[in-house]
Parts: sequence; C-alpha cells; structure tokens
Amino acid sequence: MSDTVISIENLSKSYQLGAIGTGTFYGDVKRWWAKLRGQPDPYQKIGEKDYKNREGETVWALRDVDFSVRGGEAIGIIGRNGAGKSTLLKILSRVTAPTSGVVKARGRVASLLEVGTGFHSELTGRENVFLNGAIMGMSHAEVRRKFDEIVDFSGVEKFIDTPVKRYSSGMYVRLAFAVAAHLEPEILVVDEVLAVGDAEFQKKCLGKMGEVTQGGRTVLFVSHNMTAISALCDRALLLDRGRTVAQGEVESILSTYFQMALQIRPEVRWTENTAPTNGIVRFAGIRAHDQQDETKSAFDIRHPIAIELDYEVLQPDIWFTPSVILKDMNNVVIFNSPADAHPNWDNAKKETGTYHSTCWIPGNLLVEGTYSVRVVFWGFSRLSQKGIAMDDVISLNIFDSMEGDSVRGKITGAFSGVVRPKLEWISEQVKPAGGRIEKNGT
Amino acid sequence: MELKTSNQEEWSLVIHPQRAWWDLHLGDLWRYRDLVWMFVWRDFVAYYKQTILGPLWYLVQPIMTTGVFTIIFGNIAQLSTDGLPPFLFYLAGNTVWGYFSASLTSTSTTFTSNAAILGKVYFPRLAIPISVVISNIISFAIRLGVFLGFLIYYVAVGVNVSITWWALSLPLLILIMAGLGLGMGIIVSSLTTKYRDLQQLIGFGVQLMMYATPVIYPISTVQGNWQWLVLANPMTPVVEVFRLAFLGVSSLSPLYLLYSLGATLVILMIGILIFNRVEATFMDTV
Repeated sequence: MSDTVISIENLSKSYQLGAIGTGTFYGDVKRWWAKLRGQPDPYQKIGEKDYKNREGETVWALRDVDFSVRGGEAIGIIGRNGAGKSTLLKILSRVTAPTSGVVKARGRVASLLEVGTGFHSELTGRENVFLNGAIMGMSHAEVRRKFDEIVDFSGVEKFIDTPVKRYSSGMYVRLAFAVAAHLEPEILVVDEVLAVGDAEFQKKCLGKMGEVTQGGRTVLFVSHNMTAISALCDRALLLDRGRTVAQGEVESILSTYFQMALQIRPEVRWTENTAPTNGIVRFAGIRAHDQQDETKSAFDIRHPIAIELDYEVLQPDIWFTPSVILKDMNNVVIFNSPADAHPNWDNAKKETGTYHSTCWIPGNLLVEGTYSVRVVFWGFSRLSQKGIAMDDVISLNIFDSMEGDSVRGKITGAFSGVVRPKLEWISEQVKPAGGRIEKNGT
Repeated sequence: MELKTSNQEEWSLVIHPQRAWWDLHLGDLWRYRDLVWMFVWRDFVAYYKQTILGPLWYLVQPIMTTGVFTIIFGNIAQLSTDGLPPFLFYLAGNTVWGYFSASLTSTSTTFTSNAAILGKVYFPRLAIPISVVISNIISFAIRLGVFLGFLIYYVAVGVNVSITWWALSLPLLILIMAGLGLGMGIIVSSLTTKYRDLQQLIGFGVQLMMYATPVIYPISTVQGNWQWLVLANPMTPVVEVFRLAFLGVSSLSPLYLLYSLGATLVILMIGILIFNRVEATFMDTV
C-alpha cells in the first residue's frame, strides 16, 4: 500500500473580498444601473472610500498547493489561523469546489469536519445513529451491522432510546464521534474534532485514529494540538497564507511551524557595533542547540537542550558571571542558573578574550510549551558597574513526540506540574493477594 | 474536462474547479438512496414528535381553507363549480394544489435552510429536495384520505358524482406535481443563494399561480384574454384531470396531461442543471 492515494495538483481557491453582491436582486440592479450612468455606488457606506477596484478584490485562501499522500499514511496539516487549512479540508470533503487545480483520490473519502452533523434533537440516540450514518455515506445495512459496536464505543447504551436533546453535551459528542469512528473509509479527512470530550474520551479517540492508520487507511488530520499531531502523523504539511511552506517528517515540520507561528528565534548574533555591552563584556551571540550541535527551536521533551553564549571580555580581572534565566509564556521564571556556581564564585575573574559558555538543561525536566530565555551578565561588584540583561533574547519550544517513554507515557490530555522530571521510583510487591504477612516473634 | 495523462490512472474521485454541465452525479444520488429515505423518515418523525395533535394537523389546514373558499367563492361570489357541491369542488382543488405548493415552497429553501449541514459534509445535494418532495407525499396521502372521506359522504347522501377510470392516473398526477414542484423549487433555491429576496417572492408567487390554476373555478368558465395563461400553466391539466377522475366533471381534454408532463420534464431538467452549477460553490456565497 505505498501507492499514491491522494494527489493534489496546483490547487488554488480564491474568495472575493467584501460584499459579493448587495444580497438582493433589487440592490444588484440598482448598483448596476448607477454604474452604467457613472454615478457612485448607492450601497457604498458613507465615509468609505471608493477605490474603484471592487472587481479585482480577491483573496487567495489557497495558492498552488501541491502534495501527494501515499496509502496508509497519516498526514498532519498545520498552520496559523487563516493559513488555508480549513479551505483545503473543505475542498477535500467536497463542500466547496476549488478555483483551479485538481484533487484526485483513490477510494472512499469521508470527512469529519464536525461530529454529529445533521443530528436532530427530537430523535433518539438510536435514530440519530442511523441518520448521521446515512449523512456520512453509510448504507442502512452498514449502520445496522455496526450498530452494537457504535453504541458500545460511545458508552451511552442506557440512553440510546432517549431523544438526544436530553443528552449532556459530553454524551452527545461521544455518540457522534462513535458513528464517525465506524465509518471505515479508505481516506479519512479529520478536522479538530478531537478537541472535545474529557481526557479519557480524547484518549479513546486518539487510539481509534491510530487504529485507523494502522489498518492501512489514510488519514489527513488538521489540528492545533501539536501533541496529537506528533502522536498520530508520520508526515506533515505546513501552510501559510495559502501556500505550502514545508512538508516532510513531522518533527522537522513542527520545528519550522513553531519558529514561524510563535516567532521563535533559536539564534541571535550581533556585530561589534550592535552588540549589547557595558564596556567590560560584550555579547557576540546566543543560540539553542541539541546534543548533535544542531541549532533548533523545537526540542523533544526527553532530550537535553544547550543554551550557548558567545561573548568577549574587554577588561581583565573583573568578577562577573553570565546567567541563563528561563521563563514560561506567563512570564514565570522557571529557573535562574549562573555559570559560576561553585564556592569560590565571587572570585571567578576572567582574562580578556572571547568566551564560549554553554548551559545544559537536562531532558525530562521541563513541561511542553514555549519558553523565552533571558541572559544576564552580573557581578562587576568592584567597579559598581551595571550588568547587562537581554530579555527574551531567544525562545524555544518543547514538545512530546508521544513515543511513550516520556513521563507522559501515552496520555494525551492535560498533564499537571510546573516541571516534569523523570524521577526514580522503586516499587515492589510487599504482599501477594490473599497471602499472609509473616510476623517475627510471637 | 477529462485529464489527459500519459499513463491511464485509476482515480475513484476527481475534484475539478467546475464540473461539465452534463455531469450531474446522478449515480452518486443512487448510491445515497438510503440517505434520501432517512431524510424522509426524519422529517416525518420529527414533525410528529413536536406536535400534540400529530398528523391531525394535516387535516385541519385543508378543511379550514376549503371552508373559507366555500363561503367566499361559493356563497358570496357565487362562482360556478360545474354543478358540483362547492365544498367538494374546492376540497378537490385544494388537495391537489396543496401538494404542489408545499413541494415548491419547501424545496425552494434547500440551500439556505440547510447551510449548516451542507457546509460540513458531502452528499449529493439533490438528496435534500428529493426527500422533501417525497415526505410531502405523506401529508398529501392524509389530505387525499380526507377528500375521499368527504366524497364517500357526499355519494352516500345522494349527490351525483362519479369516479372514473382516470383515477388510475393518480400516480402520474403525483409524479407530475412532484417533478414540477421540485424543478421550480430548486431553480428558486439556486437563485436564493445569491438573492435572498426571491425567498419573499415565493410565497406570493405561489399564491398568484394558484389563481392561474383552476382551483377555485372550473376551466369551463375561463374565456377570452386570459385563457392562454391558464392553459399554459402545467398545473391546470393536473387539477382538471383530478376532478375528472374523482368527481367525473371536466371540460378539458385529459390529453393536456401530456403537455404537463413535457413541461415538467423541461423545467425539471433546467432545474437540475442550474442546481448542479450552483451546488459546487454555493457555500462561498450563502
């Protein structure tokens, strides 16, 4: 199953900006009549400038997107808001047609842009399963065959003959997802439907999606949940403003995404003239890198991260130390780590010359998320010189690749804790079930 | 719009910017026939569940309207009813007209009132108006039952009406009304994706069309200038043949039904073609 099952060629979609028509036939005729006589548009808002370019105002939601998917692959589609992800999904699910380009697919395509599409609140759970199944493209016989499985998966068997208007929102979503999960198409297109339900149900959903890909079927998955993307997908496609920015291995695409979306810079270099300095020490550069010395912004939660500082000492024999301060997105300082942390620290003087200091943050310490790095050179006590501080000089992102050996294991939902150290645990059985504790004496 | 590639590729789905106008996806519709039935069933069950009287509502409306017609057009205006009891005459017209007008009005909002579901999932869009036309048959059947009940009552009290062999043409009459309502309805619904004010026009238009159909008057009273309009109306033969079938009176040759059938096929065809053009991108404008 390594044949191409989806081929997207030069796919573009444009939307007209502004009001497409006045919305009424009468209005359109009136506007047309005014234009014919060279009068201003009667529907133009007062104070709004007439740019006379209404005809040409189009916005490209997708522009020349090209990619192909092989059978059995799981592809994550990521990008910022407005990148064109939803438009791509809509075209793939045939909700709207592209402006140009072609999509070709082999096998039944089912899309899940929403769960519970067409659910009718007056109908019972059972009736809605059949209705929703039919809307998704299942035949009546097919739904009947899978009915028990669907109800079982949803966990609402007690309420299956109750109208869904009496369901809690959780039950509603569970039943809706259960139908969708049993679609069994060759190609499944999924929007962020996983962002529903409680943690346990999310886990169940992710498990089901994993099953789908392992069963040789192809999944296209759009999400803002990077943990889910990295857990499910082998490859990813990164869109920005309608264009393909990158595609390839999920890890490297995620890294590119974080750099782009969160304006994460993993490295900063200064020239002699622009470098921050206090006359004693001058910054030259800072970067974040991994154990292979590769500069990057997205790090696997399990791997150590190096923060490397390059600086020049301009005057000898003055005591100071560089310090790396890591802050999370809420500006909470996670730690403050000075370079010279030893008993003689206030005597650590440096000769003039260029220096290179690296601070290693161990793997399995931080939690997922984005961090910014503040660097401070402090000390300078004898000269009462001011220190140098650089706020948010670089930033980095930590993600969990969900291979199961991080602290998180296979749990996809929220995981509490400000830090997530992998601590040593010793567990042993003290008493077998039903056994007696041997007592000493008496 | 076939893609000419050197190697013959086997794609089961090809999404193009614009479909060819003859590419109607009717095969797709056949594959989704279960969905059509699910929609029909949903409409019926949901309607039934929300009301106290349930299907009884289907009885109230035609009887009330017919009563009003009998008083205004029969007793006050004293219009001719071809010698038939006015109540029976108007009830016959209302029964037939009710199905056609319900089919037309409810299919004319296909795109606008189903935008939420149509924006989320693909299925042949024609499934919605077709299911609406079919589920309207259910209410038609109830109205027909009411009509037949009154017919039996009138026959029992000795009124001279006769049921003719034309009664067997009832399925054809239903088919013509369904096709005509569907065809006109989807034309309107396609246009309403851009022009919402057509929606206002539809209720008014149906009302006007009823006066151009022999519902409250027999065709025999139509003379002079406006006769062509009534005769050009494809619903005219349907109403007249229905009266001929169940009341035994009509001055229009039943062969006019062939004209109705032809006009219905043409309108339906135009409707499907326009609908097919609009459905691909209507989500962008609705």
